[in-house]
Amino acid sequence: MEPSVVTEAVTWQGTGLLSATVLLPLAGAIFIALFLRERRLVRGFALVVITVDLLLSLLVFALYDSSEGGYQLVDRFANWIPFLKAEYHLGVDGISAPLVLLAGLLGAAAVWASWHIEERAKEYFMWLLVLQTAVMGVFTSLDFLLFFIFWELELVPMFFLISVWGSGRREYSAMKFLIFTLTGSAFMLVGILVLYFSAGTFSIVELTATAEAAKLLIPAGLVFAFLFVGFAIKLPVWPLHTWLPDAHTDAPTAVSVMLAGVLLKMGGYGIIRINVAMFPDVTRDIAWLLATLGVINVLYGAMVTLRQTDLKRLVAFSSISHMGYVLLGVASLGTVGLTGAALQMFTHGTITGLLFLLVGLVYDKAHTRHIGDLGGLASRMPFVASVFLVAGLASLGLPGLSGFVAEVLVFLGAFPVWGLATVLGAFGIVVAAGYILWMIQRCFFGPARERFAHIGDATLVEMIPVVALVAAIVVVGVYPRILTDVLTTGVSEILTASFGLG
Amino acid sequence: MSEIAAWGIFLAPLASFALIALVIRPFFNRCDRLSGYVTVLAMVVSLALSVGALQAVMAGDGKPLEWRAESLGLSVGPLTFIPGVYLDPLTAVMVVVVSLVSLMVQVYSLGYMKDDPGYSRYFAYMSLFTASMLGLVLARNLLQLYVFWEMVGLCSYLLIGFWYNRPAAAAAAKKAFLVTRLGDFGFLLAILYLFFHQGVFAVQGMNALEIPDIHEAARTGLLATGVVTWVALGVFVGAMGKSGQFPLHTWLPDAMEGPTPVSSLIHAATMVAAGVFLVARMFPLYEASSAAMNTVAIIGGFTALFAATMGLVANDVKRVLAYSTISQLGYMMMGLGVGAYGAAIFHLLTHGLFKCLLFLGVGSANHATGTFDMRYMGGLRKRMPVTYVTFLVAALSLAGVFPLAGFWSKDEILAAAFHGGSAVSLVVFLMGAAAVFLTAVYIFRAVFMTFHGEFRGGAETDPMPPPGEHHVHLAESPWVMVAPMVALAVGSVVAGFLMNPVAPLWGLGIAPAHWLSEFLEGHAVGMDLGVAGLSTLLAASGIGLAYLLYGARRVSPDAVAQRVRPLYTLVSRRYYFDELYEEYVVTRVWYQGLCNALEWVDRNIVDGFMDFVGWQGRNWGAGIARLQTGQLQLYGVVFASGIIVIMAAFLLWG
Repeated sequence: MEPSVVTEAVTWQGTGLLSATVLLPLAGAIFIALFLRERRLVRGFALVVITVDLLLSLLVFALYDSSEGGYQLVDRFANWIPFLKAEYHLGVDGISAPLVLLAGLLGAAAVWASWHIEERAKEYFMWLLVLQTAVMGVFTSLDFLLFFIFWELELVPMFFLISVWGSGRREYSAMKFLIFTLTGSAFMLVGILVLYFSAGTFSIVELTATAEAAKLLIPAGLVFAFLFVGFAIKLPVWPLHTWLPDAHTDAPTAVSVMLAGVLLKMGGYGIIRINVAMFPDVTRDIAWLLATLGVINVLYGAMVTLRQTDLKRLVAFSSISHMGYVLLGVASLGTVGLTGAALQMFTHGTITGLLFLLVGLVYDKAHTRHIGDLGGLASRMPFVASVFLVAGLASLGLPGLSGFVAEVLVFLGAFPVWGLATVLGAFGIVVAAGYILWMIQRCFFGPARERFAHIGDATLVEMIPVVALVAAIVVVGVYPRILTDVLTTGVSEILTASFGLG
Repeated sequence: MSEIAAWGIFLAPLASFALIALVIRPFFNRCDRLSGYVTVLAMVVSLALSVGALQAVMAGDGKPLEWRAESLGLSVGPLTFIPGVYLDPLTAVMVVVVSLVSLMVQVYSLGYMKDDPGYSRYFAYMSLFTASMLGLVLARNLLQLYVFWEMVGLCSYLLIGFWYNRPAAAAAAKKAFLVTRLGDFGFLLAILYLFFHQGVFAVQGMNALEIPDIHEAARTGLLATGVVTWVALGVFVGAMGKSGQFPLHTWLPDAMEGPTPVSSLIHAATMVAAGVFLVARMFPLYEASSAAMNTVAIIGGFTALFAATMGLVANDVKRVLAYSTISQLGYMMMGLGVGAYGAAIFHLLTHGLFKCLLFLGVGSANHATGTFDMRYMGGLRKRMPVTYVTFLVAALSLAGVFPLAGFWSKDEILAAAFHGGSAVSLVVFLMGAAAVFLTAVYIFRAVFMTFHGEFRGGAETDPMPPPGEHHVHLAESPWVMVAPMVALAVGSVVAGFLMNPVAPLWGLGIAPAHWLSEFLEGHAVGMDLGVAGLSTLLAASGIGLAYLLYGARRVSPDAVAQRVRPLYTLVSRRYYFDELYEEYVVTRVWYQGLCNALEWVDRNIVDGFMDFVGWQGRNWGAGIARLQTGQLQLYGVVFASGIIVIMAAFLLWG
């Protein structure tokens, strides 16, 4: 376990583009902390920062050349923590580049959606920006220690955002979120340390090539399990999902958007990047378990969703159901299914992010999220109603919108491997149609109600993030190649390198 | 026929949708008249291109024209998806029917929807509806077809629920979507099962999702019979949902909550026709599997009879027509099931014309009376002569009276069943023949109750008129509504012998004998005078019975109903299928049973357990925190436990 001689150049490598994308929001948060006080100024500055970050993430995605493949836009400083042999190492491949874009998109949507925040606005926007750095860092880190730091960093802003700016049982929910995630992190940390002490490196790239072959201190299956628990809580996988409905329900709108849209994807990303790529043999052995858990997530999630009466809880439970498709796609261990799983993360992020934005708008204006109290809103807020319908249809997998492409790829990929599981999972789209259409009918259709006679439609500021997400959903739905070409590159690299599949 | 022209058939209404939804409605809603004109113009373009396509295919002796749009394709591992246009005789005939019927409906809608505040939204949806249906028909790739298949479902959802303020409309829209989606689930599984055999296709250089390749595989026996049967049955489940075949028929009668022209379009050319088209499109699969064929025949024949009985007792004239559609689609399925592919499509075509006309006629009657309940109509014959005559023509055509369009197509199906030569085909022939009689009874019951006798007050006497404002104003509808009706009436008269004449048209060189069947199937179907005589006799006696009961009122229908009270109740309650599905299966077993139980488990057991563990963890953390002084007790616990595990690991394996 002696650290070997450092052979890499000690100096900085890279263009700094990824570093800028990751660290700009943090820098913005520090700037706010030091120099800005007035609410409008803070808000305006945060908006500028996050919009620039969105442009940077777009640039990252556009610059990623899928015909070349591999890790690109690498930023590397090998001498970060020399005595641990930990490096500052960022890079994106075909799987992470779309997720960086997703984080950029939803981060911007979340800040835009916080336009009306009055209470302790300075801290609020600071935490949102810190959160953005954390998620960007998770998706781009190629060093396990760095990855873990970003992973843990995300908890701090989330805890405060939920417990201070949330609603309902916010302290309970924030604490629950924290305990669940930290428990997962503890397991993950064990896994990371075992890998480090066994292989003598934190480098994700090196570990991917050598982890399973290396002589591990504990059986590979156990390391896999430690890491998996951390990611499974995040995704979330049944039965570790119960933090999610509470956290979502009590979080402020923007945080729900980030939570459902981006944070859950950290779990799916970890499973693909770490579990699958580093432990192909273990993955192959327990693929049946992944498929089973996936189906449980899909059906159990969908059936519990049907019983929800709070708009936010309903959307939250539907996320559990949709994340089941990620597991099912991963379990297929083939290009089609894995591409579907990776795409599902992006599409679910945009679709559910949009749904939470819209639920937030309804709640802001109608002052209730209880479905039984709502009704006839389409006459009062036609814009919100139309977009809600689009988001709902995307969520139930309507072709022409992005969710369908991901789900159909998962089904096509998983069916040859896990026939029965896929048939059961595909039934989830029927149940999804049930809860989505029921929700829309109850909230928006029916006669206009007297108590909502004075509420208005979305304002221009509120429309901006909504329109952006709708555009993302439609573009990917109509022209999925824009993402699938990149994702397929990333997925086939993993399958070729780790599984020897062409 | 160029590639752009072929795509244009579908792109014209799609462009109309985009223009209305993205430009006219958000920014120029004051000029909403434009929306109607844009839609009609798009339909004219589509129709012209469709006729061009039909000519091109006919000129090529039925050889399919096809194009693939590589640039829109998707390539993921073994999956290659390339959308394309496939113009074979079936598609060429279908695009003409769809765009023609749609054009008639849109022109009619200019008048019917004149004062509706959702005018632009209506035409946007209608454009998208037509575009989706045309896209479905033109699709060369099965996945592409599925995309448009779902889009058609979406548009009918939007249009059935067009007046979303009415709870009944919103509920009916949701029901339509959910029931058809249950069917789509079968279709999706069929696609998955086909793709499962991509390896087999790939060896031959074929693609399991491309329709011509699937035909080829079915014909050459590349796929085992068992596989073909399962795929064919899965596809048929999808078709059952869309085409309202038993037992997925319950959504269609409720779908009447939308504006009447929508019903007209759904019943004549889009949505329900999609199911029949899909089976026809996949016909080589069925030819390769007698089990699948027999299933289609029996479901079709049974539905034809079953739905016709419910048509006998409905009082809402639109519901009568809805049951009629289910029943007629049953005929088409039955035709496909007995192998009479050309006849089934021929019937789809003639039915499209007269059913569209029947709905437009009902809409016109509703325009005047404000109600759809036949008990409060009556006597419209004198006030609305054009509506009456055109409706009568359509009714005669539906009943299958010589020489109207419906006669020829229905007869071909019955003849094919009669000559099918198996027990199954004989059974479905008997069911079909019985349905001929019932069809004549229910449609002439509607004719007599709506147009004959004395006017019974319309919306003013109807205790439950449809929501909205109604003025009883007994006069003929405006010309934009009447003109399409007249055009369709002419079609309902001549379409039969123009499109599939029993003999060359008197040497006029207009059309050779049986050209449509030959075009579609490659061989002609003979006419059977015996079967034709029998069906005419049945239709005539049905009309006679309807006259006795509702025209001359020699026998009181109520007295008859009283005689067979249990049977009457059973039929008028629609055999309790709605109750069975909604009350028992969905509500009690599924929603209040299974889902409720799971929700309870989630809350009390799964979450309860997690809370318990978490609580213990917090107590433990608090304990440690008391030992120390820090705030980050949780971190402490976590790191401590992590380190303990690591140490243990070192001791055990190190």
